Amino acid sequence: MLTRRQTLQRMTAAAALTVSPAGLRIAFGAVPTDKRLVIVLLRGGMDGLAAVAPYGEARYRRQRGDLALPGPGQAGGVIDLDGQFGLHPALAPLHALYGRGELAVAHAVGIPYRDRSHFDAQNVLENGTALPHSTADGWMNRAIAAMTNGDVPIGLAVGANVPLIMRGDARYTTYAPQVLPVAGADFLARLETMYRQDPVLAKTLAEAMQSKAMKADVLGDSANMGRGQGGGAYFREAFGAAGKLLADRNGPRVAVLDTDGWDTHAFQGASAGALSVQLGNLAGGLIQLQDGLGAAWRDSVIVVVTEFGRTAAINGTKGTDHGTGSVALLLGGAVNGGRVVTPWPGIDTRHLFEGRDLAPATDIRAVLKGVLRDHLGIAEGILEDRVFPGSRAASGMPGLIRA
Amino acid sequence: MATEQAYIAATRFGYGPRPGDLETIGRDPVGWLRAQVGDLSVPSELRGLDGSAPLLAETIRQQSSAQGFGAYLKDVARPILTHEVGRRTVAAVASDVPFRERLVHFWSNHFTVSAKRPQIVAAVGAFEREAIRPNIFGTFADLLVAVSQHPVMLMYLDNQFSFGPNSVASQQRDIGLNENLAREILELHTLGVGSGYTQDDVIALAKLITGWGVIRPGNNQDGTPGKFLFRSVGHEPGAKILLGKTYRRGGVREGEDALRDLAAHPATARFVATKLARHFLADEPTAGTIARLARVYSDTGGDLRALSLALIDSPEPWDDPLSKFKTPNDLIISSLRALNISTLPDKAVIGALGLLNQFPFTAPSPAGWSDRTADWLGPEALMTRIEWLRAVSNRAPMPNPVDWAEAIIGPVLSDDTRITVAQAQSRSEAVALVFASPEFQRK
Repeated sequence: MLTRRQTLQRMTAAAALTVSPAGLRIAFGAVPTDKRLVIVLLRGGMDGLAAVAPYGEARYRRQRGDLALPGPGQAGGVIDLDGQFGLHPALAPLHALYGRGELAVAHAVGIPYRDRSHFDAQNVLENGTALPHSTADGWMNRAIAAMTNGDVPIGLAVGANVPLIMRGDARYTTYAPQVLPVAGADFLARLETMYRQDPVLAKTLAEAMQSKAMKADVLGDSANMGRGQGGGAYFREAFGAAGKLLADRNGPRVAVLDTDGWDTHAFQGASAGALSVQLGNLAGGLIQLQDGLGAAWRDSVIVVVTEFGRTAAINGTKGTDHGTGSVALLLGGAVNGGRVVTPWPGIDTRHLFEGRDLAPATDIRAVLKGVLRDHLGIAEGILEDRVFPGSRAASGMPGLIRA
Repeated sequence: MATEQAYIAATRFGYGPRPGDLETIGRDPVGWLRAQVGDLSVPSELRGLDGSAPLLAETIRQQSSAQGFGAYLKDVARPILTHEVGRRTVAAVASDVPFRERLVHFWSNHFTVSAKRPQIVAAVGAFEREAIRPNIFGTFADLLVAVSQHPVMLMYLDNQFSFGPNSVASQQRDIGLNENLAREILELHTLGVGSGYTQDDVIALAKLITGWGVIRPGNNQDGTPGKFLFRSVGHEPGAKILLGKTYRRGGVREGEDALRDLAAHPATARFVATKLARHFLADEPTAGTIARLARVYSDTGGDLRALSLALIDSPEPWDDPLSKFKTPNDLIISSLRALNISTLPDKAVIGALGLLNQFPFTAPSPAGWSDRTADWLGPEALMTRIEWLRAVSNRAPMPNPVDWAEAIIGPVLSDDTRITVAQAQSRSEAVALVFASPEFQRK
């Protein structure tokens, strides 16, 4: 007999628009490039100071308090990159890539938008402009149009729906993983807040969560226990499938992978905890992606981005609130890596944006334009006029791609 | 502009607003509801579906062939049921007259036929379209007769082989009376349990409707196989006494007379008033509310149109919004309306209805589905709702979830919900939070 969760998953899978890999193939000879580009969207605002910690900075421990990670070599400590920055221990699987020069870290990056709304910030990240509601299409779609005239579906959107970044006139395909993100601990916590006004629903939800936790205890069923673990299966499946589809000689070339679960307002943990689990899921997913790409890895660039970072200081509920600057990761055989790329603004309070957030020292569009120009061969002028209109000040960053 | 009255009209009486509906309903929510009363147009989603007669005839043929009935059920009958349920649900999702659709579903539930009975699996949807839908704005008596003579009801509650003990047919063969339909007519459809009828009354009504059956294919019977048939040779002869009244007319008419008398009974007025009030007005309607609706029923000779209008004129929904909890069927239809998804493949709808345990036409008993909060709101059920809503929200993120929330539950939106939604970490999570909010779970 099926469990409720299996039924739910089958049902939602049937409902989603699944596309068989065969349906994603493109006519022989029509693919304009062998290069692959994957954008991984981390929705919710990832804490860049946790993912890549400036542990070498004097203010680090005082600023982060309980969220500060131990130093390199200590239990649960950061994994050193360059004496100044260290990877969160949950990202350890990526460290070997850094050593091989296949991982670059762009730190203190941000979108050209300074308010702290998720929706508006995600719109800006995806529409490629400085304003939340300026365009109905996404920059990735416009980049594809620049490469193909829009009639060859080299774009691939992986996730339950097509994100704004891929929407537009240029053709693309979609792939919906069988496993969709479930209602995790974080989501349930938000519900508890809403249900304060409704005692009957509040009581029923409390009972449901208690029974859910109890089942997880008894069965050791970590998949039942909320966002982190619940997301793990999604990460593995979505990233693995994307890699395989992109590896196909006549398959898609430019993909977006959608994830959420990064909005860590409370009890985010340091070496262990909710954010650590989610970072582990991400690292696992990226390795799956690498495996799936196989030989195509050497022609690949994966850029991991989020809409904004979080406050430098810990908040009253042992989490962090919406911030500004964060980190972007660039991975792949085509990346000129093994380095942290940043005009580091520092995290002393007087250097923070509005006295609270890591300052956005680099426009994320400079990073993205550098990749699109040097990896996919889209001319700087086209990038400025069509892909990221109004971004002249943020010219494409040189040297991100292996020569 | 979106008023609380418009929200109540859309949600308590209809199946919830689509984006823009609250504006359309505007300042005249009562007018919007009244205009739906009397509208018997057939939704386009329901056109081209098979009638019950050929479906039942085929089922009977398959059943008497004795071999492969299981395969027939699985490969033919169940897919027809699934298709019917999908069409019915999408019709409600796309409807511009959702109060009318809700009334169809209410009466269909009052006169439950359930596919738990294999013989009627293929035809339960047709039953609703043929016996319920055309009759919801006529008299209760006409609806009762139409339902009680419909072959699907006769087969569901075993009347098709109920023969008078003294009938010609019983003299020839060892067959006799079946009380099932008669008992449920008294208990569930008209007077209500505990209203004073006796076992003798059950037997009397059963005798009055003996011989009410279905034309079986290949039996040299006149007429279309699968249609209603009155078998006079199976009808109990002689006088019958039901609730103190003697029926001597004989034939099919005396059963119809009995049903019309039941429809006119004050206990039926109270029972029907109570069920309507519980569905539309309050889980536990007051005695005053029930008496008021029962009076409308009695004064108008059980005119369902007048009763529908009386519901709109009742103060309870307008004074006490959000006091009822959505059933799974409500929840699914209203969330799909909110997302403006009216072309959803049947399969997805079907999955949700089954997952949340209210698959139409499969009620566990002839009593139908409950309209009480306590029967739907439990920890496991709530968690399943939340997970389904989270999954469906992944498929339809809104460009601006805060504006969308205003368009769906704006007039009753609380600060807690507004803030929680505004702080959601993604558009799809915001949509899920709106769906999970008390304002959306209630009606």
